Amino acid sequence: MDAPPHANRTHSNDALFAYTLRLGDNCLVLAQRLSAWVGHAPALEEDIAVANVALDMVGQAQLWLALAADLEGQGRNADDLAYGRDAGAFRNLLLVEQPNGDYAKTLMRQFLFDAWHHPMLVALAASSETRIAEIAAKAAKEAAYHLTRSRDLVVSLGDGTGESHDRMQAALATLWPYTGEMVLADPVDEALAVTGAAPDLATLAAIWSDAVGATLTEATLVRPADGYAQRGGKQGVHSEHLGYMLAEMQFVQRAYPGGTW
Amino acid sequence: MMSEWPLWEIFIRGQHGGSHRHVGSLHAPDAEKAILNARDVYTRRNEGVSIWAVRAGDITASAPGDKGPLFEPSNSKVYRHPTFFDIPDDVGAM
Repeated sequence: MDAPPHANRTHSNDALFAYTLRLGDNCLVLAQRLSAWVGHAPALEEDIAVANVALDMVGQAQLWLALAADLEGQGRNADDLAYGRDAGAFRNLLLVEQPNGDYAKTLMRQFLFDAWHHPMLVALAASSETRIAEIAAKAAKEAAYHLTRSRDLVVSLGDGTGESHDRMQAALATLWPYTGEMVLADPVDEALAVTGAAPDLATLAAIWSDAVGATLTEATLVRPADGYAQRGGKQGVHSEHLGYMLAEMQFVQRAYPGGTW
Repeated sequence: MMSEWPLWEIFIRGQHGGSHRHVGSLHAPDAEKAILNARDVYTRRNEGVSIWAVRAGDITASAPGDKGPLFEPSNSKVYRHPTFFDIPDDVGAM
């Protein structure tokens, strides 16, 4: 940021573009990950449920990326942003790009994200930026359901059989280092928080930690110690997994640019 | 895993009121998840405002073989239909 923002100043479109891109990319990348389960989930009911969550996330991604494209003002639209950027231009959290693994890992990833995403959207629904507030208010209802579902499944499987417990604990250990990034503010987060356009991430950190702690206790899972937090997704420094995922997701538009049906 | 989940019968009350209607069945480990699964399986197109889930095993059904004694006696009792009354238009559908 060039200058510290003041409370009565509207943000440069650059900061808002960066911020809405993050929100949209989280949804898009997680939607693509979840979509890979369609036809493969361990039960028919789970298959439909995971597809529903994926579709909710695609819908939210469309709204955020359309807003981002508008703020950018370079003539790109949501599809251009989704299908025309390489991994280094994506701004999603590292957590959501982590591979699906087994179903335990997919569910744990979903829960750890939902426990952040829902309170985030509730806070953003009160954003001083009207367009952000409107999208967040709509998305918060979907996220509330996502959190109910993923929380419920984490408790059931954590406190389930020996095998389900062990798989959930292993998933938690693998994913934990990627959770810190969600609540570590960078200059973009701080700039928007000053004007009330976005929530203070320290507040979110406490909400997330309490909710996750309570759920893990109920699930008889051991909360990992907080160690080094992997970060960089919000700045475009991703794990090696994102590029492979985008290659699949973007193939058709890359091979046949502008193709429609 | 699926074979260990009990079967649930799902009833949905539609957008336009009325009573809950049976829409189908699904598998779920417990009642709460039966409701969540029903939401995902049967209300994706905004069909409902309320969901009931009942364990299939808790439903007592009439036996198909008994349908003669159970239902045929009412065939010949047309006077039980309210077709012999003039119903004012204000009453609407009955």
